[in-house]
Amino acid sequence: MLRFLVRRVIAMVVTALCLTFVVFWLTNLGPNLEKVAKTEAGSRITDDDVASWLEKNGYDRPVLVRYGEWLGVVPGWTREADGIVTGRCVRLSEDPAAVPRFCGILQGEWGFSRVFRSEVADVIGRSLALTGKLMFFVLIVMVPGALVMGILAGMREGSRTDRVLSTASIAITATPEYVSGVVFIAVFTSSAVGLKWFNGSATSAMEDATFANFTLPVLTVALYAMGYVARMTRASMTEVMTAQYIRTARLKGVSFPQVVLRHALRNALIAPFTVIMLQIPWLLTGVVIVESLFNYKGFGWTLVEAAGNNDVELLLGISVVSVLVVLVTQLISDLGYVYLNPRIRLS
Amino acid sequence: MEPLTWTGNLGAWLDPVLWVALAAFAVAVVAVLLVGLLAPAPDLEVNADGTLAVRTGPRILADLALKATGGLLLLVILAYLLGGILLPWGQAGIVGAICRRFLPVWIALLLTFGISMRYKRNLGLYGKLFDSSVGMIGFGLVMFWVYTAIAAGVFDLIATHDPLTAVSGLKNKVPGIPVPGAEILGPGSHYLLGGDNLARDVFSRMVHGAWVVIQIAPLATVFAFMAGITLGLPAGYYGGRLDTVLSFLANLILAFPVILLFYLLVTPEMIQTGIPSYMAVGLFLFPLIFVGVLLWSRYRTQREKAVPMLAAVLFVLGLLYLSLISQEGTPIAFMGPIDLFDIPSGLLVVFVSVVFVNAPTVFRIVRGLTLDIKTRDYVAAAQTRGETPWYIMLWEILPNARGPLIVDFCLRIGYTTILLGTLGFFGLGLPPDSPDWGSTINAGRQLLSVFPHPALVPAMALLSLVLGLNLLADGLREESLRD
Repeated sequence: MLRFLVRRVIAMVVTALCLTFVVFWLTNLGPNLEKVAKTEAGSRITDDDVASWLEKNGYDRPVLVRYGEWLGVVPGWTREADGIVTGRCVRLSEDPAAVPRFCGILQGEWGFSRVFRSEVADVIGRSLALTGKLMFFVLIVMVPGALVMGILAGMREGSRTDRVLSTASIAITATPEYVSGVVFIAVFTSSAVGLKWFNGSATSAMEDATFANFTLPVLTVALYAMGYVARMTRASMTEVMTAQYIRTARLKGVSFPQVVLRHALRNALIAPFTVIMLQIPWLLTGVVIVESLFNYKGFGWTLVEAAGNNDVELLLGISVVSVLVVLVTQLISDLGYVYLNPRIRLS
Repeated sequence: MEPLTWTGNLGAWLDPVLWVALAAFAVAVVAVLLVGLLAPAPDLEVNADGTLAVRTGPRILADLALKATGGLLLLVILAYLLGGILLPWGQAGIVGAICRRFLPVWIALLLTFGISMRYKRNLGLYGKLFDSSVGMIGFGLVMFWVYTAIAAGVFDLIATHDPLTAVSGLKNKVPGIPVPGAEILGPGSHYLLGGDNLARDVFSRMVHGAWVVIQIAPLATVFAFMAGITLGLPAGYYGGRLDTVLSFLANLILAFPVILLFYLLVTPEMIQTGIPSYMAVGLFLFPLIFVGVLLWSRYRTQREKAVPMLAAVLFVLGLLYLSLISQEGTPIAFMGPIDLFDIPSGLLVVFVSVVFVNAPTVFRIVRGLTLDIKTRDYVAAAQTRGETPWYIMLWEILPNARGPLIVDFCLRIGYTTILLGTLGFFGLGLPPDSPDWGSTINAGRQLLSVFPHPALVPAMALLSLVLGLNLLADGLREESLRD
């Protein structure tokens, strides 16, 4: 178990390093930097000006070195011109003598966001809190809905109930967020249809989420993932229902509801747990779509802003967070599988 | 000229029937669900002679009700369709006019279904599809859009206006609005589904959008499958270090949030650097490798047959490959006058990134299937015969993995369609005036709560195509499991 854990963590760290390097490299390619220089120093500057701006701001050195600086394993660059010291870490301290040598992600320095004009850590913290709120409600809606749907469909394979629910879950998985979101807004908020039940914008939900302004975004994200989880639950449930011990229980005379609730459910829920865990990173795309559609300024909205303006440091911070979420949920799903399955846990 | 109503004269008596049928159908569906949960399971009766008889119980009744109401609903929809086709233009309203514009598609669908049903016993898995109602509905939806795309994109039928020209005064107008200056009642005299925010015809854009999607999505999926199969087979068959490295790379790409990757890759700056072109050089090489190895491993003992065949196939594919990757205005432009075709760089980067995102999942599926199948007896037999590893992989393992792969192929086309829509929704890659569904939804979402129709129409189109693909995959899975 411990060896498994250590190997998983090492693989995780290597993956995280590779992915952040890829993001770093892609955001620091020539044309991207040129765009940054032009937004910062004026869009009509010449190529020479761009080159000197890049040199002045430390962008002219090899990518690997700058990646090391960002990571915090290479000392931050400094540069002295006309008696003014500039450098990567200079802004962190008023006193030139107290400027730290390293200032990377390992030291807890996430950098400065050009678009939002504030610390990346603050921006990400704020937006993550908002998205966390959204995700909390999404999971509350999605998990019970998907499990009930899957169990009802899977307990009698091939029945009419199964057919109807399976078709419904297929229909849900075929509806990407931008379609369901558009349909929801058109039906429930537009003046053309006239049912003005909900708000078409969730901006006010950032401060205080109410039924009217938060239902549609939550529903939009939850629905798409729900179909997939329901199908996995159904598959797992049908497999359990054909097992020997279920037949024994039925032959013993246990009633059908008892068999489902007592005997089948526990074993049938192991697989959906891992699926739900693995589904969380997939929700990110949905979150980005929904937050742009409903104008909810969370993590996804921040990603769009950062990427649209090539805000390198913010984009790197965002990718670190999202990659971590992917890797941690993978780890939890593996560990949970081992823990929940007595056959593996006890052997 | 009068604006068209939704159902015209036909609606006066058909609309109430439709609502009644819809309500009855909804009640029947709910009844089936409730009965399935609450009623005692099988209503079986043992006769004196030992045979079983089904007693009429709530389950049977609910089933009957579902079938009856479903049939009624179908009949009403058919009535709208026939009314639209038979009545003069405009008499049957917008619905009728649209049904009439789709006439070539209906004919093609009828022919396809008629011929397939007639010969379904000789058509293998495809024929079996026509035994499952879910599979047939899915196939019908998919073929509807395929025929629409071909009719609109190749033969220029169906669409009533040009998808890019604006008619002034029709900005954001409601469905059925007459075009100013149109004299004769007929196709082109109305904007059937209204105008969008740039006063273009929503209906024509939707129809032409199908052509964009139907061109890109299946082709991108094919490329992803070629890459996934070419790498997944050896990874599963040989195992060891090769497997470790390839699996790590696949997991690396899979751990990357799709949306972040799109935002990093599909930008004008990225096209400038030429990275998508280099990725295209790598990714588009896989079909060549695949076909080359496929033919060589089969015919390598018959050199006089293998060499000319391989040379001919590789020459054609190679020419296509080189024209595909070589493009004016990118770092890779070397073909000059013999370049057969150029793809707009925005389209290429969309294509490349969609393939790139899909290939690792296909790789994992193929690898898993190979790990399973390589323990079978016929693989051992082939090994004993002295067949080469590639022959075993491509001619023994791959054909036996076809069932799950075909099912996944259908699902993946749907997923690719969703991804293309996502790219369009964020305005990445494709030109902003492109009629593809994602871009159209994006353009329409600004004023969604005031004018919902410009976004709603492409959204429903995309939904029906992806739903069709998913139902088709489900039907195929059911039928292939039955073997």
